[in-house]
Order: sequence, then C-alpha cells, then structure tokens
Amino acid sequence: MHKNHTAPLFHITKRKTLPWYQAWLIRGAAIVLALLADAVVTTVLTGENPVAVYATMFSGALGTKRRIWMTAQELAILLCVSLAVTPAFKMRFWNVGGEGQILAGGLATASCMILLGDKLPGWLLLTVMLVCSLAAGALWGAIPAIFKAKWNTNETLFTLMMNYVATQLVAFFVIVWETPKGSGTIGIINQKTQAGWLPTLLGQKYLLNILVVAVLTVLMYFYLSRSKQGYEISVVGESERTARYVGIKVGRVIVRTMLLSGAICGLAGFLLVGGTDHTINTTLAGGRGFTAVMVAWLAKFNPIIMILTSLLLVFLSRGAGEISTKFGLNHAFGDILTGIILFFIIGSEFFITYKLSLSKGAKKEG
Amino acid sequence: MFDFISFFPRAVMQSIPLLYGATGETLTEKSGNLNLGIPGIMYVGAICGVIGAFFYEQAVPAEQMNAILAVLIPMLCCLAGSALMGLLYCFLTVTLRANQNVTGLAMTTFGVGFGNFFGGSLIKISGADVPSIALSATSGFFAKKLPLAETTGWFGKLFLSYGFLAYLAIVIALGASYFLKRTRLGLQLRAVGENPATADAAGIDIGRYKYVATTVGSMIAGLGGLYYVMDYANGVWSNNAFGDRGWLAIALVIFTIWRPNVGILSSILFGGLYILYLFIPTGTFMAMKELYKMLPYLVTIVVLVITSMRNKREDQPPESLGKPYFREER
Repeated sequence: MHKNHTAPLFHITKRKTLPWYQAWLIRGAAIVLALLADAVVTTVLTGENPVAVYATMFSGALGTKRRIWMTAQELAILLCVSLAVTPAFKMRFWNVGGEGQILAGGLATASCMILLGDKLPGWLLLTVMLVCSLAAGALWGAIPAIFKAKWNTNETLFTLMMNYVATQLVAFFVIVWETPKGSGTIGIINQKTQAGWLPTLLGQKYLLNILVVAVLTVLMYFYLSRSKQGYEISVVGESERTARYVGIKVGRVIVRTMLLSGAICGLAGFLLVGGTDHTINTTLAGGRGFTAVMVAWLAKFNPIIMILTSLLLVFLSRGAGEISTKFGLNHAFGDILTGIILFFIIGSEFFITYKLSLSKGAKKEG
Repeated sequence: MFDFISFFPRAVMQSIPLLYGATGETLTEKSGNLNLGIPGIMYVGAICGVIGAFFYEQAVPAEQMNAILAVLIPMLCCLAGSALMGLLYCFLTVTLRANQNVTGLAMTTFGVGFGNFFGGSLIKISGADVPSIALSATSGFFAKKLPLAETTGWFGKLFLSYGFLAYLAIVIALGASYFLKRTRLGLQLRAVGENPATADAAGIDIGRYKYVATTVGSMIAGLGGLYYVMDYANGVWSNNAFGDRGWLAIALVIFTIWRPNVGILSSILFGGLYILYLFIPTGTFMAMKELYKMLPYLVTIVVLVITSMRNKREDQPPESLGKPYFREER
C-alpha cells in the first residue's frame, strides 16, 4: 500500500440544503450541457449542424398534431410506470421489475379480451380486465416483496429475474393464441367487435389513457405526501430501525407498498393493451420499467416533477427517432443521446448535495 | 435420445459470455458496487471489438492478415471500450457519489444503444462498400479450435472444440477465485465490499479499490461480448442478438454465490438451461419451448431465495453491496 498521503485537490463538504431554485438551476445547467454534448455527438456522426438537429428532434416529437398526441400518450404510459415504482423507491425497495409487472398486467388484460371478449357485455368486460390486470401486476410485485419482508431476499435481483419469467410467460401465450397459426404474433385482438377496447373520448384514441394517468399523478402526490401510509413509507425508507421503534410493521409496509407498485404497473399494461396496442407481445413494456427507475429518481420521487422528467425522456427518444429516420441512422441513436443526458443529470446531483472548494494547505489529512 | 455430444459443446459456447460477465460482475460486487450496467458494458465491449476488426479487415486483405494482429486489435479495442465504461461508472458512483442502480441502468441504456447504433450504422458512417458486417476473416482466428479437436473423437468435441477466448474465460475465472480467496489484495477487496468503514479505518484506500475492481471487472465482462460476436456469431453483428445475456450474467453471480470458480460449471449449467428447449422434444405443442426458456431465471430465483433463507454467512452478498460509502456520512 502507498502511504504517501498528498492533500486532495478539492475539499468536499456537504451543503446545507440548497434553496430549491438553486438546485434546479444546477440541474438545468446539467441538461443544457448535456444537450450541447448531444449536439456535438450528433454533428460528428451526421455532419449536420446542431441547430438543424434539434429542429429535427423538435418536429419529430411535437411537429404535427398526431405527433403531439403520440408523445403525450408515450408520456402518460412512462409517467404511469414511474408513479408505480416511486412508492417502492421511497421505501428503498429497488423494484427494477416494472417490465415484468407491466407484462403481467398486459397479459391479464389480453387474456380477458381473448377469452371473454364475446361472452360479457362491454362495461363488465372492461371492469374484469381492469381488476385482473391490477391483480396480476400486484401479484408479480408482491412475490419478491414477501421474500424481502420475510427473509430479506435481495429485491433488486429478484424483481429483475421476475421480468424474464413474465417475458417467457407472454411468449408462451403468444404462441398459444397466435393468429394466424405460425405467424408468431397474436395480431389485433377483437379487430371486428372491438370488445375490450378502451373507449375513445372526443374522437381521440389516447385521451382516456392520458386522463387516467393525470388523475393517478395527483392521487399519488397526495398519497405520498399527505397520507399515513405515505408517511410510513418514508420512515421505512429513511431507517428501518426507526420504523420498528415507532411501531411500524416493516414487513407489512413492504408487501403493501409493492402490491400497490405492482398494481399500478399492471394498470400501465392494461392501458397499453386495452387502450393503444390491442395486442400483446414480449416487447410490450419496451424498457419502460427500467426507464421509469431513472425518471422517478431524477424527479426526486416527486410525482408532479415526474411529469417533466418523463417528458424529457419521451421527447428525447421520439426526437432521436426522427433524427435516425431522417439521416438513415439506426434507431438506437436515441438511446445514446438519452444515455448522455442521464449521465450529466446523475453527475449533477453531486454538486447539489456537496460543495467543492480548492484546498489550501499542502499536507493535510483528508 | 438425448444427444449429449452435440448438446454439451453448445451449452459451453452459450456459457462463455455468461462466465465472463459473471466473473467481471463478481469482482465488481466484491468491492461493494452493484453494477447493473454490465449488460450495456458487454454490448460496448462487443461493438468496440467489431469496430476494431472491421477497420482491420477494411485495411488488410484477408490473405495477408497477421493472426496476432487480427486477434489483438479487436481485443484491445474491446478492453479499452469496456474499461472506459467501467471508469465512467466509477466516476459517477464513487467520485460523484451517485446512486448505483440509477447509474447502472443508465449505462445499460447507453451501452445497448451504443452497440446497436454502431452495429447498424457503422457501414454508413465509415462509407465502406460492404453490404453487412460479416467479419469472417478475423472471426476465423478467434474461432480457431485446438489442433487435436478433429482427430480425438468425442473427447475433442467435448473439450477441445472451442476458440481460445473460451479457455481464457476459464483461466480468468480461476485466477479471480484465487485472487479473491488467497491473496492479500483480494482479502482487502472483500473487506471493502463487506465493511468499507472498517476497511477505511485499516488504511485501505476505498475509492482506489472500487475503481480498480470495477474497471477490471468491466473489462472482463466486455470480453464476454467480444467472444459472443467474434466466435459464437462468427463475426456477424446483428442488433439485439446478444439479447439478455448480460442480465443472465448478473443472475449467474447470485447462482454462484459470489465465487468465480463455481461459475465455470454453473455457467455451463446455465448455458445448457438456456438452450435446453432446443433439445427437449415438444411434439406439436411448440409453446412449451417458451416455458423451458424460463428455467435459468427460475433456478436463479430459487437459489436467491434459498441462500437468503439459510442465511449462512459465507453465502451472502457482500454486506455493503449497492450501498454508497462516503467517509463523512458514516
């Protein structure tokens, strides 16, 4: 081991809490820097000038009325999943199983549509679909939670594995129900009767999804900040020991919160299958379960701010999609841009929590 | 009848990327870093190797290729790419003290995107005149079997019919095991992962150990991606073909209860489970295959649950896994 301790170049001290506007100034600066870095990367790879690139992105995400609706729909679903994982994260329960819980909910919805589509009246079918998808998602979330509560089984890894179990389960049923046989896809379910399709409001296919998620956002905000259960979640998240001392049953809170978290993911599956796709395949969740982790974390678990952070990520992915189409590049380009932005924002949190100052003395123990 | 002689080599070939990934992630986790960016890092490792091989093939016609260069260039590119990813992870989580899960997931988003993007656009960007990325010449050097493989019958088929990266994976796994268990540095690394505060008090430089372990771990994992594309896939890049093997590698770490030497056999078991569906007759009910593909994940869950139930101390994840360590906030 080296023993020559040189004084560190910087001194790191924890800040007292920054006023909120300064914290957001730092985050804003990080986003601006990230957009600049993205512009450089894009210019190097496409040879286009950065301004034109962002104009393209903007038109890709918000250029036409149709695109705005699409973006809003994507935003709603991502927000829904982010809201779902938030209570779990506040409790420091790392639910990276959003993918699986969405798939479970979606699969429940799809099976109701397929098996009961012509047997139940419309309103009853929708109710059954909703209940089943919530239950399926909740079940998928609760399994790891029960083991966590009882034996402290690592939840990050457990929920991760549950994603693939769900994926294979969906793959199984896709083949069981494939139409036409041998196509490997289910196709649009109930194309003719439209049984189990969520109703279109005011002629807009996506409006209902968006409204549902909007209501959910408000509810989640109050649940987390005003309700007794929300309070218990924060206490468990801060310190399990404290929670035990004050008489909170930690295991029960963990299972209850994951039931909720999974159920909301199931709801996202319901909205995707019943409201927009009308079919199901293994890529239904499309990585949203993972993206939602970042959305929730970036928003510091505040549901209202989550609207902005999910907008940012949806805007990026849709905008980058347009860039790749326009310049004949691969669609994964969006993931690179998103990744860079995330790195900057993740890094910027440091400067919000800590203060850097150049150290003065030459020899001083850190 | 179940054809073991053709099953086993395929299981081994499936297992090698998992073994690399798991060995790398084990080293990383022993330092207390839960790097969920491994899937992304394996993509980056693979595509960097492909880029290296691609330009080498563009520059030198196949018959003039030098075997050593054809192997070294992709390997060095792969190691450099994955090392950079590891450094980035450390910079964010250790130096800037960011949340490990969020950083890891962001790295996976970035890495998978990076791989697919360059895999899909490399030809367009470099302006080369080829229809698709098929690096048959360089891949030939990677996939070269041992000399006696053809003449020794079943023995050769089972044990000698792999490219050199497969054997390297086993050597690295054994080396990592020895390092962790038998050397002083390994002991100190484990101390960092178990109880960083105590290790710190004992004069161990926590930050340095985390940086080195995570970066070396990333480089090892990156080789898994390289093996997949240059040997297993014969130098043909297709987007998302690598699939979820990165996550499976993370699962394997749990399965091996953080022991790289156990990883050698269990990765073959995993590889076998991964392709078992090809060998089990399902008759006309094709959907069953999809359920068989669940096996590796179900087995992992069972192991995870059993180890947590038995609660034996030596089978547990590193005590401070996933938790940040900052001296001032103890």
